[in-house]
Amino acid sequence: MVKDIALFRMEQLFKIYPYSEDYFVSLGINDIDHRLTIEELAVSMQDEVLDDTGLNREQLVENFILFIEKMETLKKPPNNTVESITIIGGKDKSGNDENINLEFKVGEVISIVGPTGSGKSRLLADIECLAQRDTPTYRQILLNGEIPDINKRFFIENKLVAQLSQNMNFVMDLLVEEFIKLHAESRMINNIEKITEEIIICANDMAGEKFDRNTPLTQLSGGQSRALMIADTALLSLSPVVLIDEIENAGIDRKKAIELLVKKEKIVLISTHDPVLALVGDKRIVIKNGGINKVINLSKEEKKYIDILEAIDKKMTGIRNHLRNGGIIDDSIIDSIYRLMQ
Amino acid sequence: MKIVTVSGPPSSGKTAVIVKTIENLTRDGLKIGVIKFDCLSTYDDQLYKKIGVEVKVGLSGNLCPDHYFISNIEDCVKWGLVENLDILISESAGLCNRCSPHIKDVLSICVVDSLSGVNTPKKIGPMLKLADIVVITKGDIVSQAEREVFLFSVKQANPKASIFYINGITGQGSYDLSVYLKRAEEFETLTHKKLKFSMPAAVCSYCTGEIRIGEEYLTGNIKRIKI
Ligand SMILES: Nc1nc2c(ncn2[C@@H]2O[C@H](COP(=O)(O)OP(=O)(O)OP(=O)(O)O)[C@@H](O)[C@H]2O)c(=O)[nH]1
Ligand SMILES: Nc1ncnc2c1ncn2[C@@H]1O[C@H](COP(=O)(O)OP(=O)(O)O)[C@@H](O)[C@H]1O
Ligand SMILES: [Mg+2]
Ligand SMILES: [Mg+2]
Ligand SMILES: [Zn+2]
Repeated sequence: MVKDIALFRMEQLFKIYPYSEDYFVSLGINDIDHRLTIEELAVSMQDEVLDDTGLNREQLVENFILFIEKMETLKKPPNNTVESITIIGGKDKSGNDENINLEFKVGEVISIVGPTGSGKSRLLADIECLAQRDTPTYRQILLNGEIPDINKRFFIENKLVAQLSQNMNFVMDLLVEEFIKLHAESRMINNIEKITEEIIICANDMAGEKFDRNTPLTQLSGGQSRALMIADTALLSLSPVVLIDEIENAGIDRKKAIELLVKKEKIVLISTHDPVLALVGDKRIVIKNGGINKVINLSKEEKKYIDILEAIDKKMTGIRNHLRNGGIIDDSIIDSIYRLMQ
Repeated sequence: MKIVTVSGPPSSGKTAVIVKTIENLTRDGLKIGVIKFDCLSTYDDQLYKKIGVEVKVGLSGNLCPDHYFISNIEDCVKWGLVENLDILISESAGLCNRCSPHIKDVLSICVVDSLSGVNTPKKIGPMLKLADIVVITKGDIVSQAEREVFLFSVKQANPKASIFYINGITGQGSYDLSVYLKRAEEFETLTHKKLKFSMPAAVCSYCTGEIRIGEEYLTGNIKRIKI
């Protein structure tokens, strides 16, 4: 089908591929004669108009056909179904072998802990670029137990990994709903209204204070931004692997956030200093001196303690807010902390 | 000698990306040289010297840097051959959205910055639309969704290009680009090669120094605003 694009007239193409009109809009070409084919159209264009597009006749035609082809491939469900990723150990900063082979499956949550500078972000970066013994750590990453093919590795179209870190902010000057719509359009999704609704509900469920669809992106608080980023990544991003780098102080319901990502069949890796997040992982990778030092499986006993750690964390957040609002620390507050511990 | 042209809007991260990519290449023992083209001044040469690569600077003054580039590229190629470079990289500030330094058959890279706004890729002319590779920088400070939207916008503007996200500060993603550079075509000369897209010459009376305003002073190729 796609091969015959050059044979169709514009009116037919605009019907079959409604987005193809955007191609001309973005080039600043208006007043298109709908009865022409793309080649006839290119011939009919004045030099002056063409000049402004930054393309010559041949390039205009070629890019138009490529544009439709590319958009059509975007519509297809991704063929990069990832069931597992494997980390084959490399070397730590002193050159000692890591001697490790780790496999993670869809739906698993892995937390990564270690002192600042130990190499947590480096491990995430190795996964992100599907390292093949060519990064400073000499680690190798496998997909579904195999060496990823070169095209998967180098073509961003097949991006496997979504990333979320504390430095990331929204920079677009848009309302929440406009922004989600734009993202959904870029994914060629049909039911945009439904997904917008869903993302906003999910995000509000995680965020402390609620926001609505007409809030400007840049006015969202830190917590609201993180919540929206996570909900959007879970519901709109195709990437089967999600890497989260130190988002602890965001003021969101971290357990809910992770649950949402896991429900969407993602492999989630979280680098963190936060006790609650560290214990959310089914497995916990401990990094020392640039290498994977050990891997701890979450025990039943540890699991038992997540709730109490979370309660303490909530308590501290409460005290922080209390002080922020001009409150005073007294016996009753301290007593309530002791009561928690018993 | 392999030749690569890198262009992109001011401060989009061209130098940062080139520096990180070169670090991957010199590790493999390749000798790299850079020529920086700019208008009035640049400090980029110091950044390149710091990582130990050969560097030359060309300042175009009041000429369009891309015009200046293309009139001087052959001399740069000669310099690169004398220096025995494996790869010659040109960095030019894309100050004029209309011109572009990209040459047919020569690996061309356009660097854009994800902070620059979703519509920017459409506004940048042949420099982006006809590049073989588009590198997107500063993805580390925007959200995942914005990265995806920006990527889509680049794809719309240049459906043909291979697109990379590179972090100019940490170098994340630069290894992938270095693999592409190693595959670039080799040249002994660029004489008789052609630009991918023509650059407008002096088109109107003001190009040739006219300063007075008014109908009677207009000559050459005049375009009227539609009001
Ligand atoms: N956060 C972040 N900053 C970046 C990134 N890439 C570049 N920068 C910063 O952006 C600024 C401009 O980068 P340059 O590499 O000098 O940009 P350029 O395109 O070479 O600029 P000119 O040559 O002056 O046109 C520098 O301060 C870089 O450190 C990136 O991926 N992330
Ligand atoms: N195995 C290793 N070999 C060499 N360098 C490493 C190794 N692991 C990490 N590094 C480097 O150490 C520095 C700090 O690592 P980083 O991942 O940023 O630490 P963290 O995120 O834990 O604070 C980085 O420059 C990283 O590239
Ligand atoms: Mg880190
Ligand atoms: Mg520069
Ligand atoms: Zn120009």
